[in-house]
Amino acid sequence: MIINGVAIDATFAEAFPMKATRAIITAQNEKWAMISAQTMTGFATSVIACGCEAGIEGALASSETPDGRPGVSVMIFAMGGKGLAKQLETRAGQCVLTSPTSALFSGIDGGTRIPLGKNLRYFGDGFQVAKLIDGKRYWRIPVMDGEFLTEATTGQVDAVGGGNFLVLAQSQPQALTACEAAIEAMRKIPNVIMPFPGGIVRSGSKVGSKYKALNASTNDAFCPTLKGMSKTELSADIESVMEIVIDGLTKEDIDKAMRVGIQAVCDLGAENGIKRISAGNYGGKLGPFHFHLQEIMA
Amino acid sequence: MSDLTFTLKHRPDQRVDMSPLVCQKLANMEPAEIAALTLQNGKSKSRVDELFSITGSDAQNMVIKNSFGKLDFIGRGLDGGSIKIEGDAGAYLGLGMKSGAIIVSGNVEIFAGCEMKNGYLEIAGNAGDFLGAALPGNKMGMKGGTILVRSNAGERAGDHMRRGNILIEGNAGDYCGSRMTAGTIAVMGQTGRYLGFAMRRGTLLLWNQPVLSASFNDCGAHTLSFLPILFSSFKKLNSRFAEASAVFNRVQRYAGDMSEMGRGEVLVKITQTGF
Repeated sequence: MIINGVAIDATFAEAFPMKATRAIITAQNEKWAMISAQTMTGFATSVIACGCEAGIEGALASSETPDGRPGVSVMIFAMGGKGLAKQLETRAGQCVLTSPTSALFSGIDGGTRIPLGKNLRYFGDGFQVAKLIDGKRYWRIPVMDGEFLTEATTGQVDAVGGGNFLVLAQSQPQALTACEAAIEAMRKIPNVIMPFPGGIVRSGSKVGSKYKALNASTNDAFCPTLKGMSKTELSADIESVMEIVIDGLTKEDIDKAMRVGIQAVCDLGAENGIKRISAGNYGGKLGPFHFHLQEIMA
Repeated sequence: MSDLTFTLKHRPDQRVDMSPLVCQKLANMEPAEIAALTLQNGKSKSRVDELFSITGSDAQNMVIKNSFGKLDFIGRGLDGGSIKIEGDAGAYLGLGMKSGAIIVSGNVEIFAGCEMKNGYLEIAGNAGDFLGAALPGNKMGMKGGTILVRSNAGERAGDHMRRGNILIEGNAGDYCGSRMTAGTIAVMGQTGRYLGFAMRRGTLLLWNQPVLSASFNDCGAHTLSFLPILFSSFKKLNSRFAEASAVFNRVQRYAGDMSEMGRGEVLVKITQTGF
């Protein structure tokens, strides 16, 4: 399959079941809601070492938030429910509770309920106040700038993590430009996050390593500097590869995000140095979710 | 199916215990069985059809017509369904109700919504003393749900209240929110003396400055972000509380009752906007 001169490999991305949650952060203005959200979703690129994968789903207008202030929706993904709950609570406590003017609300009504502000309330040292409004429990925690309002729980749902595609380009600037265009388009899709820096990862990994202590190492088959010394996947004209990893609430959400992302890359086309689109997988043996590139783009 | 309607034929001299006539108890009964039920009427018992003419069959939607202030225990333990009362209601309206709705077009006597656990109670007229309170000797009053009084409430509204909302469009009598453990009481009109007497936790939300006991401490003026969420939960009500003009988030906060636990609060609306 070739789109605008870009070859779409007959391969697939392999993804795994994860647990996900969403929280809504509001503040006096979007600037401070975004600062809080960026802090909360920092150091959360990969479960390999961060404990979770987190990202900003999007900004919310005042009319879309529970307290009528500007807000930001964030999503956190982890391999298990316990880990997710711990990450959510730690991040909420250190990054949202501390952020000026912030308030924190549940972003998923159903699902298994996990603590959002339920335990943060103890920061109130006995001065915290509970309010049950329309069946939802809120905690009002006195803080130095006024009151931190948080919903007690949010929803945890089954999700999919690790959807991905690789952009193979003639040069590094061209790969980056194409990935930036993809991320811009993909950020408009709800229910997904791209957890790596700016949504893009330049150090895709393979499973295992020659070093026993490591369970992942550089994806040498896609490293352009190793073209002559490794079993390479790259042709002579490819000088740079970048990857976009997608976590989503459902397989369909990731399908949609991959489609618009790949389309945005292909719109730049061969004339902008984009040669191929590929994907990372483990032979289909590890993850139950397979995203076949050519099927997605058909 | 039309609403199951009880129309009072005449006003009995003695008080009538209406607790057998509640939606869930009548759900699978034939009209003749309902007519044959007996109600305590003073010291004697009366068949339902001696006191009421009965029409309709939908027990989930009951109507009591020509009601007056001696019909006690209407909707006692109501667990789903609705009861519409045309006229006044007696004491203990909706005592311990668990869910469903009771709507009264007139006034109600003492202990309305007493120890109610959930559901919705709307009173178009005045409510007597001990609205949403605990029965004498009990420690726990209303535990959930919403009571809306579209006129005035008597003394001791929300006594021993544990959770839920009491919304009063008019005035509240003395000892409003006394011995509250938690929950919210909102009063648009005036409040009487001894507001929040011995309250432990909970919120008294007021539109007018009250006369406060010395055991309430001024915590200053604040913009509280939970208030817009609270007001938005009132939007579905047939009430002045649902109007956009009722919404505010700037309040003077008083903490009390310091002679008790002191974790309660009286929030008084501030009309000028904050910074």
